[in-house]
Parts: sequence; structure tokens; C-alpha cells
Amino acid sequence: MFIPCDRGGGPAALDFKGFTLLMPAVSVGNVGQLAIDLVISTLDMTKVGYFYTDCLVPMVGNNPYATAEENSTELSINAEVYSLPSKKLVVLQIRSPFIKNKYRPFCETLLSWVKSSKCARVVLLSSSHAYQRDDEQLLGTPLRYLLTPDLEKAVGGRMKELNWKEMERVAAYPGISDTDKVLHIPGGGITKLLFTQSCSEGIQMAVLLKFCSEGDNIPDAFVLVNYLNEWLQLIKSESNNSTDPSSQWKIPSSWRLLFGNGLPPALF
Amino acid sequence: MATFFGEVVVAPSRAGLDEEEEAREETPEDREIRREIEKKREIDVLWTWRSGGCAEEPLVCSRFIVAIGRNAAAFLSSFILDSVCWEVVGVVKLWNEWCRTSSTTNVLPTDSFCLFYRLISDPTVLLCQCSCYVAEDQQFQWLEKVFGSMQKKGLQVTILSTCPVADYKTQESTLTLVSPFLRALKTKEFQEQVCCPLLEQPNIVRDLPAAVLSYCQVWQIPAVLYQCYTDVIKLDTVTIEAFKPLLSSKVLKSLAKDASESTKILKKFLTTSETHNNIYI
Repeated sequence: MFIPCDRGGGPAALDFKGFTLLMPAVSVGNVGQLAIDLVISTLDMTKVGYFYTDCLVPMVGNNPYATAEENSTELSINAEVYSLPSKKLVVLQIRSPFIKNKYRPFCETLLSWVKSSKCARVVLLSSSHAYQRDDEQLLGTPLRYLLTPDLEKAVGGRMKELNWKEMERVAAYPGISDTDKVLHIPGGGITKLLFTQSCSEGIQMAVLLKFCSEGDNIPDAFVLVNYLNEWLQLIKSESNNSTDPSSQWKIPSSWRLLFGNGLPPALF
Repeated sequence: MATFFGEVVVAPSRAGLDEEEEAREETPEDREIRREIEKKREIDVLWTWRSGGCAEEPLVCSRFIVAIGRNAAAFLSSFILDSVCWEVVGVVKLWNEWCRTSSTTNVLPTDSFCLFYRLISDPTVLLCQCSCYVAEDQQFQWLEKVFGSMQKKGLQVTILSTCPVADYKTQESTLTLVSPFLRALKTKEFQEQVCCPLLEQPNIVRDLPAAVLSYCQVWQIPAVLYQCYTDVIKLDTVTIEAFKPLLSSKVLKSLAKDASESTKILKKFLTTSETHNNIYI
């Protein structure tokens, strides 16, 4: 459940009515979570609360977005909420994997919070195993989107303008029958569950995902966050190719030592 | 994904478990099995002052000191606890794949146990030694059942724990680090001095220590966690002594035992652990 940081503010202080909720799925390469880190870090978002749940593995650490000595000692937990009222944006960051059998309870708690906080729509950043692509998916863009029927009505046209590719549905029984098509997002964590539940509950949700593999997923995160930016325009993209769009995103200070410590000098 | 031998294996993914399994609807048999396993993994917190029956008063607690892991628990046994000033007031009974604890309070330092003690002269001071492993699906339960029995107004929590120095992320190689060493994490409400440097980014803490600290941060309880990075897994006096700077902290200063007694107990740990861990005789 959502617990605000500042209890004294009163109910009016934390109003997400009409806001866009941006969140990651814990998925292959953690691409969604890395992209969210870039958004929070670049927009210098303020932490407004915690999503306290028994569905995620506990973890704590000091402020992952620290920029100076003064702000480096604030404690962070596994699921936190950040907000930027000027852009009507609220972001949920998830920092640890799900506990077994807790996917469904988490989705239910999350969607009930979305409804009670009156968020206008949810944007889920996710990823899917690149090795599971079919022949057609191997060509062209590795980025895909999905919209729930309620959001399709509102923004479906914009996606067409942007020339985005919708996530293909695959045959439920490949080789046997091609008529039954289902949504299949391997490596996507809770993406499919959250999406299908949002469809049936009339929640406006968009899923933006990238095909990728485990490894150094920082480039994948940049690609995904730029994809998101094409639509939501969170930061101003420089005109055409004069500047590398990746340079406008600020890498958080916690993205250090991702692949281990320094080497022992005695090795050489 | 194919390996060198040509067989196809499922690529491990940071996304976690196979979500197909999670998304599939449960059959009644699956549900029954899951419920049975959940029941078996339920933890019981048995408080001695509670006789059961009608609603009990929550324990008024001003200081709660939690030692997680054998070395942290041994530190409290050597430097704080004794049978004269402290009484056992609670025990946690749990089972998971790694360990099982019973409701007995007569334990050896090498056993798996989770006991609660109260200072007789000031019953608002509570201490917990948790040397058993609390699995990730049990950690939330532990929090709710332990903190649920306490009145949290005016509460301050101190957590002691250990973890391998190989987990410590730093620019230099861990081979050149002098271990064991302490690092601290504190909640927003904790205003006192900490006895060692704060844990630098991008390091994180997991498991029960993280669960307790998260709980305190969310519910605005002043709390500090002292994590000892060590290269010894078993019970070790050097690791135990690494916690000594904490004896000068406000919370533990008044509780510290006589130094000579602590040395005696530490020597006893040395002999006990050596006998148990020597594989050559």
C-alpha cells in the first residue's frame, strides 16, 4: 500500500488525480527499472512515499540519486513513489524481484491503488526475451507498445502518427491452429498479468517494451526511455541528429560498479 | 539458448521466476498444496508474558536491539547479555529449507534460534538474537508479529548484522580491503551519532536486516543498522569484536557488561567453534 513520506501534509497534499503513473515491470535485463532510474534522476523528482508491500524481496540502501554529500544519506527501500506535479507525473520505482506466488496479489494491490488515487493512466515500461522473437520480429525495430481498449480510444491515433509497432499476438498452438492468437511476453515479469487485468478492469494502461537479452542493459534503457519520450515528451529532445539523445538523460550516481569491483593489482 | 554441449537451456533472467507458472490459474490441488506449504512456513512468535485468551496489552518498548546472524548474536551474548540482568520473554518458532527453530530457550551459540530478552531493571529495553535464517517469504510475517506486539511510540531500533565482504562494492579490489569493518544505514528519524561511516552507494542490504530497517523507515521509527563486512562465514571472534565500537553508542553504553567477563565468554566461543568446524580430526 502507498504510505506518504510526509504525514503532516494532509490528504490534499498528495493528490494524483489526473496524473500519469509511470512504472517498471521487473523484467529481462531490468530495462524498465533502469529506464525509470533515468527518468527520476533526469527530472530530479521528489520522493513522496513508499509502496509498502510483502510481495517484493526487502532491500535498503542510501539514496541512489545522490548528487552531493548532503543528499546521499537518505534511506531508500525496495518500492518508492516519486512525483513531479508540473508534468502531472507520478513514478513508482521497484528495486527488487517478486517473492514466489506474489505476482497476483501485487497486481491487485497496485491496480486498486491506481483506482483509489484516481490516476488518469498507467504507463508500464518492460522488456521481453530477444531470443524468443519470431522471424518477422527479428527485423525492424525492437520496440513495441500495447494499449488497453480504454486508452486506445484516447491515444491510438498518436501511436499511428509516431509509426509505432504494436506487440504482435502469437498463435496459442503454433503449428496446429493459427486462429487463436494470444498475448505472449516471455521475460516480461508481471507485464502480461497487469495488462490483461487492466483491460478487464477498464484501466487506461500503455505498455512500452523492448526486446533484449541479459547483459549490459544500459543502452537498452536509453533506447526505451527515448521511446517513451517520443510520446510523453518528458524532456525536450534536441532537434534532429545534432545531439545524441542519450546525452540528455542523467545517469544516477548508483549506476557505478555494475559489473564488479576494481581488480586486484596483484593480478598483473 | 544453446550451451557448448548443444543442449537447449532456459536462460536465467533477472525478471525472476517463470511468469507462465505464476499467471496460470491454480487448480484446487495446487491451491491445497500451496496452502499447506504456507501453513508449514508460518512463523510463531511466543511471548512468555502472554497467557493467551483475551486481547493482550502491547509491550511498551523504548529500545529494541536486534542481532541477526551468529556473529552479531554472539556479540550481544559476550558484551551485553547475562542471566542476572536479562530474562527471556519470547521465542520465534519457524521452519524453512535452511533451518528449523524450536520453542526451547536453552540454546548453544552454534544452534539456530531466535530469542527475545528483556532488561529486568528496565522492561522497556528489548533485545533479540536471531541466528536462524528467516526466508524472504517469512520476513514480512516476522516484522508484523514482532513489531505488532509492541507499542511503537518512543521506540528506537538498533540492528546488528553481518555479511560477506565479497558483497561490498568499491572502486578498489576487495582483496586490498581490511576486513572486518562496519558500515551503517539509518532511517530519516534517527538523529544520533553513528559509530562508523555510512554505507556508500551503490551498496545495498538485503534479508531480515533490510526488512526491519524498511519497516522503521516507512513507519517513521528512528533506527540504525550496523552491518559488519567480514570474510569469515562461521562464528569468529575477530568478527564479533568488530562490533565493539557500538559499545560507545548511547543505546549500548549503559548496557555493556564488565570487560573481563566479555573476554572470558569470547574465549569460550573460540574453543566451541573450533571443535565444531575442524574437519581434519
